[in-house]
Amino acid sequence: MSRYTSATPADRDEMLDAIGVASVAELFDQIPEALRLGRSLSLPSGMSEPEVYERMAALAERNADADRQVCFIGAGMYDHYVPALVDAIAQRSEFLTPYTPYQPEISQGGLQVMFEFQTAMSELTALPVSNAALYEGPSSLASAGYMAIGATKGRRRFVVSRGVHPHGRETLETYSAGFGSEVVEVGLEDGATDAAALADAVDADTAAVFLQSPNFLGAVEDVEALGAAAKKHGALLVVATDPMTLGVLEPPGRCGADVALGEGQPLGNRLDYGGPSFGFFCATEALIRRMPGRIAGETVDVDGRRGFVLALQTREQHIRREKATHNICTAQALNALMAMVHLAWLGREGYRELGELLVRRTAYARERLAAVPGVELLHRAPVAREFALRLEAPVAAVLERCAERAIAAGYPLGRDYPEYEDGLLVAITERRTKAQIDQLAEVLGAAVSAEAVHA
Amino acid sequence: MAEASYPEELLYHPEHDWARLEGETATLGITWYAQDSLGEVVFFDPPEVGAELTKDAAYAEVESVKAVSDVIAPLSGEIVEVNAELEESPEKINEEPYGGGWLVKVRLSDASEAEELLRAEDYRNLLMSAE
Amino acid sequence: MSTRAEEVLTIFDRSREGRRAAVLPDAEVPEPPLEELIPAKLLRSQPPRLPEVSEPEIVRHYNRLSRRNFDVDTGFYPLGSCTMKHNPRLNERVAALPGNARLHPAQEASRAQGALELMWLLQRSLAEICGLPHVSLQPSAGSHGELAGLLLTRAYHLDRGETRHRVLAPDTSHGTNPASVTMAGYEVVKVATNERGGVDLDDLRAKVSEDVACLMLTNPNTLGVFDENIAEIAGLIHEAGGTLYYDGANLNAIMGHTRPGDMGFDIVHVNLHKSFSQPHGGGGPGAGPIAVSDRIEPFLPRPQVVRAEGGNGGGPHYELDLDRPRSIGRLRGFQGNFGVFVRSYAYVLSLGADGLSEASETAVLNANYLKARLAEGRAGRLLPIAFDRHCMHEFVLSGKPMKGELGLATLDLAKRLLDFGFHPPTVYFPLLVEEALMIEPTETETKETLDAFAEAIERILAEAEDDPEVARQAPYTTPVRRLDEVRATRRPVVRQNLG
Repeated sequence: MSRYTSATPADRDEMLDAIGVASVAELFDQIPEALRLGRSLSLPSGMSEPEVYERMAALAERNADADRQVCFIGAGMYDHYVPALVDAIAQRSEFLTPYTPYQPEISQGGLQVMFEFQTAMSELTALPVSNAALYEGPSSLASAGYMAIGATKGRRRFVVSRGVHPHGRETLETYSAGFGSEVVEVGLEDGATDAAALADAVDADTAAVFLQSPNFLGAVEDVEALGAAAKKHGALLVVATDPMTLGVLEPPGRCGADVALGEGQPLGNRLDYGGPSFGFFCATEALIRRMPGRIAGETVDVDGRRGFVLALQTREQHIRREKATHNICTAQALNALMAMVHLAWLGREGYRELGELLVRRTAYARERLAAVPGVELLHRAPVAREFALRLEAPVAAVLERCAERAIAAGYPLGRDYPEYEDGLLVAITERRTKAQIDQLAEVLGAAVSAEAVHA
Repeated sequence: MAEASYPEELLYHPEHDWARLEGETATLGITWYAQDSLGEVVFFDPPEVGAELTKDAAYAEVESVKAVSDVIAPLSGEIVEVNAELEESPEKINEEPYGGGWLVKVRLSDASEAEELLRAEDYRNLLMSAE
Repeated sequence: MSTRAEEVLTIFDRSREGRRAAVLPDAEVPEPPLEELIPAKLLRSQPPRLPEVSEPEIVRHYNRLSRRNFDVDTGFYPLGSCTMKHNPRLNERVAALPGNARLHPAQEASRAQGALELMWLLQRSLAEICGLPHVSLQPSAGSHGELAGLLLTRAYHLDRGETRHRVLAPDTSHGTNPASVTMAGYEVVKVATNERGGVDLDDLRAKVSEDVACLMLTNPNTLGVFDENIAEIAGLIHEAGGTLYYDGANLNAIMGHTRPGDMGFDIVHVNLHKSFSQPHGGGGPGAGPIAVSDRIEPFLPRPQVVRAEGGNGGGPHYELDLDRPRSIGRLRGFQGNFGVFVRSYAYVLSLGADGLSEASETAVLNANYLKARLAEGRAGRLLPIAFDRHCMHEFVLSGKPMKGELGLATLDLAKRLLDFGFHPPTVYFPLLVEEALMIEPTETETKETLDAFAEAIERILAEAEDDPEVARQAPYTTPVRRLDEVRATRRPVVRQNLG
């Protein structure tokens, strides 16, 4: 009897009798002899629970997590505080261990959470239709591309701001090889999307224009003004956004966006070295039948009681197969639950206050760091919770020095933007206190001056 | 409508579509059998006015909660009108498949194609032999 | 389960002006009006109407909702092709360690060595289990792995100067297969099933051509039977220059017994949320790593976790390799669903080589035993097996005689099972079998549970002989009864009207 199974030798004998075979091996006879492995897998033997725990803990010990290094890294995922009740609720068996709610009568909890989540995301983005989450931000952006091709009757050109998260742009490129579409990039001007270049790039064959606000450099974009180019040519306006900023920033739905989407991790999800988190995806009423992913809908049961079901399933792969709006099956229901609980915990006031707190601490940090010798602003566009600096010293070496003082000072922009080899992206959350920001200024200053001397 | 019916004045396509000829034009829809096997219709995705139809090819989709079916053109031609009421009330396809549940009106490109369609009696026989 | 008398309220219905849960830290910094920091036209004009609720109310609300869910920690969940096995709590504990849960994905590789080593170890484990040398953990779920596999196929052929247009998939395939094919820009061509439930070789021969990019298969297939002709099938596809893709949804049947790579597959996806015990979470998260052959490796997604041997007597270290010029590119943000990798690797460590192999054995034993139990009595007559042979980890019954004799549809049987405390099997799939019931018990169920399930089916059928209306109106004991899905789709209400 192995771990997590319960057939005793006596059970086994009785079951084999009932089946009418002499051994379990006989059941595997349908696998042709030549294809049978005929040996044990070349893997270690099984371990006891305490041994597994120790082994896993030893691996985890070798990671500089945000408890050990003060984390100013953002770049799409942020070190927000996840309230304790999020963990408690998400670890309940009833949410943790069911499958997709194919039997609505015994899945009302999960379906109602989806419905609440959709309502909340519609409120945040000011768009009337939300799905119940996709994998994560960048692939959600690529999925919007697929939707745009259908919605524009086969147009195959995407115009993308260079301010869109590099992972989003790259994922859209990857998917485009399949869609047979072309991705055209528009550059940045002092941190924000170059409006004239964008207007020039959009044409009658453009299926969608992709913007991000705040963009990857932290700049808050004038989405409404930029989006005019999309409207003019009948392209969809797709806006990626940070859901923690929508308490203070005008939401995509009120700036002309047809689709608002993004990385959901800031809402109630841990860093987890990049996942699992979720992607949110909201759109206009006109696009409801083209949406990717699950959507819960309200209805009543035979006794007239309020209930919820998966609505509009004919969009999905298990029914429409090759004509489906998307291939997605397993999505991120549990992560969406965590977001919903976090949003309920923040509540109407708390959500706005948190947004304001981020804006003010970010403004303070930006000013404080820009005053450090050898450090200057990379752009002057307005920012909400993240900003970009230029360092007069090699960024990697500076980061290494900061890390030695237990500070993860930010994200080196040179990883994705060769033109910003000297760039550092710094993110603020409610966990980053004034004292930590001041400490960052001191440590960063020392590191820059030490490395500048080396140079 | 609860009881099967196949009006004599209509022509039928073996893929369970009907056509009502009106000179140069025809009105098209799906048969009682088609709507019954599909179950309650929740959505009709109409083609655009001006679109071309080719006999025996799909020109639209009807959806129930857990199925999508192509609608096959019994005749070729150009769409001159779509039933706009179905957007709000797709259930008409179930309730009145030969009346308020019509799908499109078509200007025929080849009226002689009608000769290949089935009379009500032949269509009923087809259904019986399929069972 | 909660009682049915409770009124159904959403968190928004429970909102009362002025209530709140969160108390935030003080700003500690100057607090100028926002307009001084961000131009007024970019600021939010109307606040989002999130609920206003206290913390105790939030906890009660979601606990109440949780009691309106059925889950695998509560009872038997024989949902075919979904592998609803036990989700060990140890895996949750190790995933929550700060070194895992609080590690930023953009942390320097040199400071995330434990995470990268874990990913590398999981890659090696999956490579061994699949019998293919290279693994990318990046895809987020099975269907994402399928898309990856098809994009890899496209890149592979383009690299050889070929453009192919068709992808073959059996008529029994999961819906994700054809949907992925279209997303990847190919046309799907269905291949028929033979009388033993496998691929119809004549039909396959007729459809294989130089225009076929790939054949997507799952083996054992969705009928739960192993296709003995797999070597010949692989030969046909490879001769024509195509790739062979393995949908790993059914891997739980064969771990340690046979390997997709040894069968001739080029690309395999593994559903970590099926065979490797990641909890399904009510519809995710999961992960769908892919294992590939040498010829596909150059095209794997970026970044790839690699191991470099240490110099100067140091140990090996691990890197994220972005310099992959022939890569199809990224499929998503950052490195993948790392939290899922942690749980799955803990599972692999717990079971080890023999445990994995034994898990598959027990899964197959349980399925065949339940199949034998359901071949007795009324079930045997009214719910015959679709393809009468030994099954692997799952099997498919047809409710056609039940519908004919008792007027009971498979859906009715499924709904009545809810009253007996069981999650129903997968119903109406595969499409090939009329009134299909697809049953996958998994290795983690006891014989007593399997017996109880078989007895419940027998009782439902006996009851329906007396009065089929009972099942037709079921369920009765669930938080809600049958729901009006027509209404939900005809005039969809997908968010609450907040006035």
